[in-house]
Amino acid sequence: MSQRVIAIEDKLYRNRYKVDQDSHLWIKDPSMCLKCPFNFRCIRVCPTDVFKWEENKITITYDACVECGACRIACYDIGWKNPKGGFGISYKYG
Amino acid sequence: MAEKFDSVVVGAGPAGIAAAFTMAKAGLSVLILERGEKPGAKNMFGGVIFRHHTEQIAPEFWKTAPVERHVVEYQYWFLTNDSHVLLSHRNQRFNKTFNAFTVHRAKFDPWFAKLAEDAGAVILNRTTVDDVIKENGKIIGVKTDRGDVLCDVVIAADGVNSMLSKHAGLRDELPPEAVVLAVKEVIALPRQRIEERFNLGPDEGIAAMLVGWGSGMHAGFMYTNRDTLSLGIGISLQDIDKSGERPHILFEQFKNHPSIAPLVRDGELKEYSAHLIPEGGYDYVSRIYTDGMLVVGDAAMLVNAINWEGTNLAITSGTLAGNTVIEAKKKGDFSSRTLVSYRQKLEESFVLKDLKKYKDVPKFFSSNQQFFTLYPEVANELAYMWHVVDDETKDAHLKEMKSTLFKRRSRLNLLKDAYHMWRLMS
Repeated sequence: MSQRVIAIEDKLYRNRYKVDQDSHLWIKDPSMCLKCPFNFRCIRVCPTDVFKWEENKITITYDACVECGACRIACYDIGWKNPKGGFGISYKYG
Repeated sequence: MAEKFDSVVVGAGPAGIAAAFTMAKAGLSVLILERGEKPGAKNMFGGVIFRHHTEQIAPEFWKTAPVERHVVEYQYWFLTNDSHVLLSHRNQRFNKTFNAFTVHRAKFDPWFAKLAEDAGAVILNRTTVDDVIKENGKIIGVKTDRGDVLCDVVIAADGVNSMLSKHAGLRDELPPEAVVLAVKEVIALPRQRIEERFNLGPDEGIAAMLVGWGSGMHAGFMYTNRDTLSLGIGISLQDIDKSGERPHILFEQFKNHPSIAPLVRDGELKEYSAHLIPEGGYDYVSRIYTDGMLVVGDAAMLVNAINWEGTNLAITSGTLAGNTVIEAKKKGDFSSRTLVSYRQKLEESFVLKDLKKYKDVPKFFSSNQQFFTLYPEVANELAYMWHVVDDETKDAHLKEMKSTLFKRRSRLNLLKDAYHMWRLMS
C-alpha cells in the first residue's frame, strides 16, 4: 500500500478562512485540564488539530477550526460559540 | 426599537430556506439570518439532495440549479484492509426520473436561498445569532451581533450544533452517541477521467457507501461531482475515544486503501472539511417547539442514518414548520398550544415515521459491530475462496467456505443476526 499521508496543515492550507482577532473557543476552567478525566479527548477528536498540550496547558489554534463542534461534545470544559458573522471557515465547495 | 418580522429564520440551509420560502410565499414577512458570508459557507455534507422533496419547492430545479451529477448507481463496498466485495445497483430509470443529485453546498445553498428571497424573504448574511430574546417566558426574537430582531416565531435552522435550541432551553449538550463526525475531502479530477473511472455518461454519477476497513464502526462515503470527487468517512465520537485514532489519520488510511487509491489517483485536494451528523435517531429528537420557536432540520436531529437521508427531511421539516407558522398567524396564537401541531405534522409525515421505525437501529449496530467488521471480512474470505483456482475439488472448496463461515460466526449467532436484522427492518 502506498502510504502518502498528507499532513493536516497541508490540508487546511486549501481551505478559505476569515480569521477573527478573538477566539470563539476557550477553556472554561484550565485547572481542570491538569487532571483531565477524558484523557485529552479534545485533542483526539478534533479533525483539524486545534488543541495541543503545551507547557501544562491546552493551547487553542482557533484559526484552523472548521466549526464542527466535536470538541464541545467531547468535553464540557470547552467553551464554544459561533464565530462572529462572516468569520471562520468559509467553504468554497462544502 | 428593534425591527419586527412575522418570522426570523436562523440558518440558510435547506430546512431554513424551505421554511422561509413557505412563509414568504404566503405573504408573511420573513428575515433569514445566516452567519456565513453567504448561504452554504458553513455547510458540508456527503452528499446528495433528493429530487422529490426539492421539487416541492422548485419544480425541475436541475435545469437552473448548480447541481453536479444525477445519481444512476448506488454502490455498497465491503472492505477488508486489502480487498473488497462490491454490491451495486445501476438503473436506467434513474436517468428518466432523477432520484438524487450530487451538489456542492457552497454552490447549491445560495441558489436555493435565492428562491426564498424571490418569494419575498429578506436574507442577512454575516450575522451570528447569540441568544434568544424572551418575554414572560415566551421567545419573541433573537439577539444578533448586529442588534436585536423581534418576531412572532423564531425558526431554529442552525444545524447540528443548534445553539438556539440550547439558549431556548429545549436541549442540553448532545451526548457523544447522538452524533457521527464526518471528515471529507473534495478532490479535483478532470471530468472525463471521473466518467472513465466510474463508467459514467455525461452528468451521470454514483453514490457509494463503504464499510469494513480499519477497526471499528466507520463508514466511508464517495460521491462523484462534475469534476471533483467527495470522499469522506463518518466516525462515531465514542469510537475515536476508544480507538485513539485521529480523524484525519483514519481518513488518510481510508484514502490509501488499495481499492480506493486508484480512484482518487492524481486528484488535486481542493478542500478539507468536517461536520457532525446527528445520527442518533428518533430517541434524540428532543423538544422541537416551544412558545415562539420551532426547530427544523439537523438542529432537530432529523437525519435518517440507515438510508443516508437528511436534506429531504430538512426540507420537509422546514415546509411543515412554515405551514404551522402560517396557521398560527391566522389564529394569532404563537404559543406552544398552536405550535405543537408542527410536531404532529412531523409525526404524521415520513420524517418521524421513518426515524421511529429505525429508532433502535443505531443502538443495535453500535452493540453489534460484527456487521461492520466480521461480516465484511467473511464476505471477502468467501469471495476469495470461490474464485481462487488450485488442485482442490470444488466440493473441497465449498466445504472449506462453509467451515470458514461457521468458524467465524456460529450457526446460532448467524441465525440470531439474521433474525435481528429482519426484525429491525420489518
